[in-house]
Amino acid sequence: MLKDQDRIFQNLYNDLGPDLTSSQKRGDWVNTKEITDKGRDWIINEIKDSQLRGRGGAGFPTGLKWSFAPKEVGSRPHYLVINGDESEPGTCKDRDILRFEPHKLIEGCLIASYAIQAHVCYIYIRGEYFVDGQKLQTAIDEAYEKKLLGKNAAGTGWDLDIYIHYGAGAYICGEETALLESIEGKKGQPRLKPPFPALIGLYGCPTIINNVETIAVVPTILRRGGKWFASLGREKNTGTKIFCISGNVNNPCNVEEEMNIPLKELIEVHAGGVIGGWDNLQAVIPGGSSMPLIPKEKCETLTMDFDSLMAEKSGLGTAGVVVINKDQDIIKCMARIARFYKHESCGQCTPCREGSGWMWRMLERMAKGEASKDEIDMLGDVTKQIEGHTICAFGEGSSWPVQGLLRHFKDEIKKRNKFDPIVKENKNIPYLVDQHLLDKNA
Amino acid sequence: MSLRRPAKNQPENFEFNHSSLEAAKSIVAKYPEGKQQSAVMALLYIAQKQNDNWIPLAAMKYIAKFLNMPYIKVYEVATFYSMYNLSPVGKYFIQVCTTTPCMIRGANKLVEACKEKISEDESVLSNDKSCSWMEVECLGACVNAPMMQINDDYYEDLDKEKTLKILDKILNGQKPTPGSYRGRINNEPENNRKTLMDLKNA
Repeated sequence: MLKDQDRIFQNLYNDLGPDLTSSQKRGDWVNTKEITDKGRDWIINEIKDSQLRGRGGAGFPTGLKWSFAPKEVGSRPHYLVINGDESEPGTCKDRDILRFEPHKLIEGCLIASYAIQAHVCYIYIRGEYFVDGQKLQTAIDEAYEKKLLGKNAAGTGWDLDIYIHYGAGAYICGEETALLESIEGKKGQPRLKPPFPALIGLYGCPTIINNVETIAVVPTILRRGGKWFASLGREKNTGTKIFCISGNVNNPCNVEEEMNIPLKELIEVHAGGVIGGWDNLQAVIPGGSSMPLIPKEKCETLTMDFDSLMAEKSGLGTAGVVVINKDQDIIKCMARIARFYKHESCGQCTPCREGSGWMWRMLERMAKGEASKDEIDMLGDVTKQIEGHTICAFGEGSSWPVQGLLRHFKDEIKKRNKFDPIVKENKNIPYLVDQHLLDKNA
Repeated sequence: MSLRRPAKNQPENFEFNHSSLEAAKSIVAKYPEGKQQSAVMALLYIAQKQNDNWIPLAAMKYIAKFLNMPYIKVYEVATFYSMYNLSPVGKYFIQVCTTTPCMIRGANKLVEACKEKISEDESVLSNDKSCSWMEVECLGACVNAPMMQINDDYYEDLDKEKTLKILDKILNGQKPTPGSYRGRINNEPENNRKTLMDLKNA
């Protein structure tokens, strides 16, 4: 288990209080000026050395992303945007940072803004987190009062203003370009890339977008050195990560642990075990709902980091671990996830808009045993038609969980859906019905 | 995608009251000059708050004029995002999370409770017109599942009985205390905490 002194979020459980004075006692804001005095290149190199990968799901190297920002500020200002649109089912880590460790985030914003030469930072928080956003606003106000933000922020000679922008319940706004559209006051529909936001982002200006957790760990990395961070976890999967363990466990919780921790340790030690014992485990979704599930056999030895989960054809994503035990109907669980994606598709690309509803309707019928046996392969086809045919990664996010189900629980589906369409049973199969007509909210 | 339609009965006029106007002005100031369209989401929230939790078309027209942008762009935003209510939802708007992590911990029992106490169907006002409920997608409090949101506040770690009690309070016009209903103040593993123990005991 990770040593307590190596935990970055000392106040993850709010033992010490989220206010400025308590945060300073924990080491936040102590020598911000010393850090920025070492210069932009030093900061970016140190982050590169730490091998920090983005905590928002895709795991892109943060130092590399920062180095994409233009070296000189031209006619267009630079922006830093923080993605706090945490909406991935199974994930609730950013919420605890917003309410318990806001000053880590704010200090991280200052350092990152300095490194990429931005004078304005927008923090995008999902609308449902209004109360938690207000707590962050209190912390920002506190920082302004103590001259840690604004003109010559924290004595660094750098001017920075931080504003909170609330979302309004759209999962897709967690996609970086959709998030920018949303800040610009438009529908949250992703943009085509390239151009990448680092060159043409918010209001057409160079913009760096990072997850809340990524930015919040930056000050600690710079204080303790990139080497320290890189010494935790394993090569290319370094550092610590907040894991959210939810679902059928005895003690659902958030816990900060080292990367590459065994999944079994996470569940058994921290979350108090699976309800009904380890043998009652059916499957685990390792990284938020868009990552394919992993059946019990593989959970025994699985370690939690980007690359080892990739090898299992899944992914670490946001590290929201959803444990599903044998009391649950796995097809129904996945059908519900498919319904989530059907609801949240932004409607821009046809394969995703229509396909997400298609997958949901098929899975619903499969859960009830009303699908024909041919449809099982057809469902696989549908996922392949969506994946890779959309502007953003939502297409993958919605089809991967279904593919995971087909990969590991095909027998279960086959057992339930034996009906053969060649034998006429006059079933109503609404393939071609417009999905809006089936939407009960319509 | 979900289909969202504005209510049939619409008020004719809408205008920001004094406090809304002040709030709106301070929000527009957050964005660069000429980019006041960015404030549209926040202004829709303000309108929603002022108008008993829902946004009439008149408010969208008002905001369009306020921000000097086409009405259709405001309409687009209001219909795209699911947190803008386009028809009356009552003074207390209850959103029950039923996505998988909540579902496997019994979110359907919360839905049952809402059906018993408020209305048989979602998005239908209760008899006294004070509240309505609906199923929503993940609210991002998965380790506190099952949970629901009433207006701005989260009510976590619920079961059917606790939900019924909360709903009773609301129907009596009282505001129930938000937060966890198992007494949690944070997201630590209950009675099983293994980390940062020095700080806990400090």
